This record gives sequence, structure tokens and C-alpha cells, in this order.
Amino acid sequence: MTDLAQLIQSVEEADSTKLLLEAVQNLASAQLEGAIPTLIETLSYNNPGAAVASVEGLILLGNASVPPLLDLLDQHNYTARSWAIRALAGIGDPRGLVTLIGVATADFALSVRRAAVKGLGSMKWNWFPDELREVAQEEALEALLFVAQQDEEWVVRYAAVVGLESLALTIASHNLLWRSAVLTQFNIMSCNDEVLAVRGRVWLAQQRLQRVIDRSLDQANSDISSSSTPTPAIADHQSPLTPTDWQDILAKLYEIKRQERDSAREGDPRRFEKLAAMD
Amino acid sequence: MSNPVFVENAETTIPDDNQITIEQAIANLQSDDLGLRVYAAWWLGRFRVNVPEAIDLLIIALQDEADRTEAGGYPLRRNAARALGKLGDRRAVGALIQSLDCEDFYVREAAAQSLEMLGDRTCIPKLIELIKPQTLDAIDTSAVDLHPFDSFIEALGSLGAVEAVVDILPFLEHPIPRIQYAAARAMYQLESNPEMASRYGDRLVAALQNKDLQLRRTVLADLGAIGYLGAAEAIANTMAENSLKLISLKGLLEKQIPLAIPPELTDGAQRVMALMDDLL
Repeated sequence: MTDLAQLIQSVEEADSTKLLLEAVQNLASAQLEGAIPTLIETLSYNNPGAAVASVEGLILLGNASVPPLLDLLDQHNYTARSWAIRALAGIGDPRGLVTLIGVATADFALSVRRAAVKGLGSMKWNWFPDELREVAQEEALEALLFVAQQDEEWVVRYAAVVGLESLALTIASHNLLWRSAVLTQFNIMSCNDEVLAVRGRVWLAQQRLQRVIDRSLDQANSDISSSSTPTPAIADHQSPLTPTDWQDILAKLYEIKRQERDSAREGDPRRFEKLAAMD
Repeated sequence: MSNPVFVENAETTIPDDNQITIEQAIANLQSDDLGLRVYAAWWLGRFRVNVPEAIDLLIIALQDEADRTEAGGYPLRRNAARALGKLGDRRAVGALIQSLDCEDFYVREAAAQSLEMLGDRTCIPKLIELIKPQTLDAIDTSAVDLHPFDSFIEALGSLGAVEAVVDILPFLEHPIPRIQYAAARAMYQLESNPEMASRYGDRLVAALQNKDLQLRRTVLADLGAIGYLGAAEAIANTMAENSLKLISLKGLLEKQIPLAIPPELTDGAQRVMALMDDLL
């Protein structure tokens, strides 16, 4: 019997919470792709310890876990669904993007919103084709700003600050409109958020973002004086996704945009443009 | 129930049943229907309705005799005592101190927690009296859970009752772990020498290894309440829900932030935030 088969067998034969936890931890840390179906199965077992271990294992295995995780989302087991979302958020695979956007703004469990929001900030943006990346980042930014302004739970707003920080660091050098929307949101929260811990996290994000902006200004100045060649494109576009995957993501993103347009009552649905105008 | 902060932030909080108005809740508190009265008392606290009329009625409710369980408990008094802590009006202090003598354990517990929240030191002598060994009972093992000692001790710690130290110290060896932790938590707050204080903090850190999940959760709340920075990494590594670890670390962070001039952040604050970011 192979190692994998043995590890899977101990998960299947575990007859106590403690044994199951140990077996899942062993299976997860082996980092074998063949373990994915079993790890996903354990997300439905209603054993939080085992689910945490399984989510960690699935995140380590990365994009190979994504298609079966997306399948699990279609099922009606709510607990399993929330664990699957946490795994997707941790992996950052673009195929999870549209799910994370929906969950971040609407799920009723704060732990799920919290994970989704953080995942939006740490998406693997370098995998996206250029033209799709802009649409995707725009939707992610809008969702993060919405959560930062409106979520009632401090920890979800805290996560939104973390998400906005990492998205802003990604786009800081080339999209000034978005960057200023994030800076404006940070300025508002740095004084107005009712929770001290959230305000503190905003100060940290502001300092980090300012450091990057200062550096890019220095860079721009020295570029002018030395007339050096422009910096090459950053994205490498190397990803395991197929053209069909990208078409699918694009179709879903346009569907979100269409729904936003339909439901917009106050004219321009792009909240961040209004925010930027206040800056 | 020594962790009100955890109870309030649990994901299973009762859905906001925001149907009734303040006027209605105040009227309900005087209703003949005992169920409505108990609910109104909870509701006024939950939605922080600190209008004078609500306070007056809740203080009166602390003396209620109408609402009693078969076991002799006073549900309305419990809810009124809890609400009065949240409403922040010190007029309630005298009545809450009297409630510390109520025969219902949970009324005494709620009264102590609310007195802690109100931050009024006039209750200190009464709390000390309650934790002092009662000559005969002291030997009686049934006396170990005679009182909500953890709530009494936590209140003394938060109120800065240095004069209570000699009476708190024996509780570090109390047979009930929850009460030992309350004593360590209070001693951390009352000890002026930082090196000695961190010894009490480290007792709580060691308790994060407890086999009982419920006790680990209690200790996470205790460490969050005192904001002991030395516990940061241990909190992050505790076998418990991330939601609870994040609330605990928030307590540490909010003790660190006032140590620098905003928006400057201490190294400790940045260390705690790095841990929190990983738990989201």
C-alpha cells in the first residue's frame, strides 16, 4: 500500500474526533495532490479542528485544489461551503475571485466575510491577462471599499484595511485614481472608525503606502534626470489557467457589473470615483 | 459567563430584533407579563438605552420579587444587573452593591461584572469582604463555588484595588482553574513591578495549553482584557477559533496603541498586527 493510500485509510477509519484530527493533519502535511478529494470530504464532517487542518493542506496544494473547491460551493452544506471559501481565499486563484467578491459583501458569517475580504487583497494578480486584470481589480477594489465603509464587525473592517493595503500596493504606481480612492478611504477611517484597533491598522497601511509612493516619486525624478529606459512590464502572465477559465471569469465579472448597473439608483455606481473626488 | 466580550462577539448572537421602540421597552419593563419585563431589561442593555427613566426602572427591577424560577433564581434581576453595567450610569452603583448580597449566584455575578464596567471604586470594600475566607466555611469544600469569585476578583483587578492583593493571592491556588486565572489576571493588573506582573501574565500564557477548550477560551479573554504583550505569539498559536484569538490580540493591540503618539505605532503594536493579519 502506498503512503497516500495509508494516510487516506487512517482518515476514513478514524473513530474519534482526536484520531480524525491527527489523521487529517498527517494527510494535509504530506502535500500530495491525490489527497485533495479526501481533504475536501473532511470539510463536511463538522469537525472544526480537522477542517482547519484540511484548509491549511488545501492552501499548500494551491491551484490543484481549486476546481474541486468550486464544485463544493455548489452544494448546500453551509459549513463545508464556508471552509471552502476560506481555502479559496488563502489560495488566491483567479477562478475564486467572483465567489470571494460576492461573499465578502454579503455572507452572514463574519469569519467567512473576514477571510474573503483578505483573499481579495492577495489575489494572484500577476496571473491575469492585462485587459482582464483591470476589470477584476476594479471589482475587487469596489467590494473592499464597500466593506471598509459598511461592515458592522470591526474584524471584517480590519480585514478590509489589510486587503485594501495589499491591493493599493499592487496598483500604486500606475492607477492614480484608484490609489487616491484608497488613500481617501484610509484618511476617513483613520479618524472615524469607532474601533481603536482598526484605526491603528489604518495608520500602518497609510505608512506603508506612503513609503511606496515616495519611492516611486524618487524613481520618477531620477528617471527624468538620467533618461533611463522605462521599466519593463511587471506581470509574467504565467498561470495554469486555460483560455476557457479566463472567458468564464470575464463573463462572471461582466455579469456583476451588469447587476450593479441595474441596481444603481444614485447614478454612477463607482463609489470610489466619488470618494476620489473628495480627496 | 466571565467573558462578556466573547459572548457579545460570538457569531451566534441573537438576531437584532429591533422591532420595539424605546418607549415600548420602558412600558414593557412595567408590564404584568413577566416574560416581556425580562426581555425589556435585556433589550435596554443590548441597545444601550441610557435614558434616566430606563435607569430608574432597572434599579427598581433589582429588587423584584415577582419573577422567580423554581430553583429560586431571579431572572429579571439578572438582566437588570447586566443592563445597568452597559448603560454607564453611576446612579446604579449603590443598588448593584446591595445586589452582591442577593441569594441568586447569577445576580451576584452580573452585579460584580457591572460594577467593574461602571468603574466606581466604592464597591471595593464589599468585594473584599466577599472574597475573604469566611471563618467556618473556609474549610468546607462546598464553599469553593459559593460565590462567583472570578467575577469578584476580576472587578477588583480592573478597579485597581491594590488593597485587595493579600486577599486575592490565595486564589492563585484555588481548585477551580477559572478562578485561578481570574486571580492571575487581577494580580497582573495590580502589581506595579513590571517584572513581577509579567510572571502573572506568564501563568496565563501557560494556561493556554490547557486540554479543555472552554478554559483556553477563558484564558484568551483574560489575556485580551489585560493586554499582556508577552502573550502575543502564544495567543496566535493557541488551539482555538481564529475569531477568539483575534479578539484577544485586539486587546493587546489596544493597550499598545496609546503608548505612542498617533499615527506612530510601537514595535509591539506592529508585532501584534502582523499576527492578527495572519489569522484573518
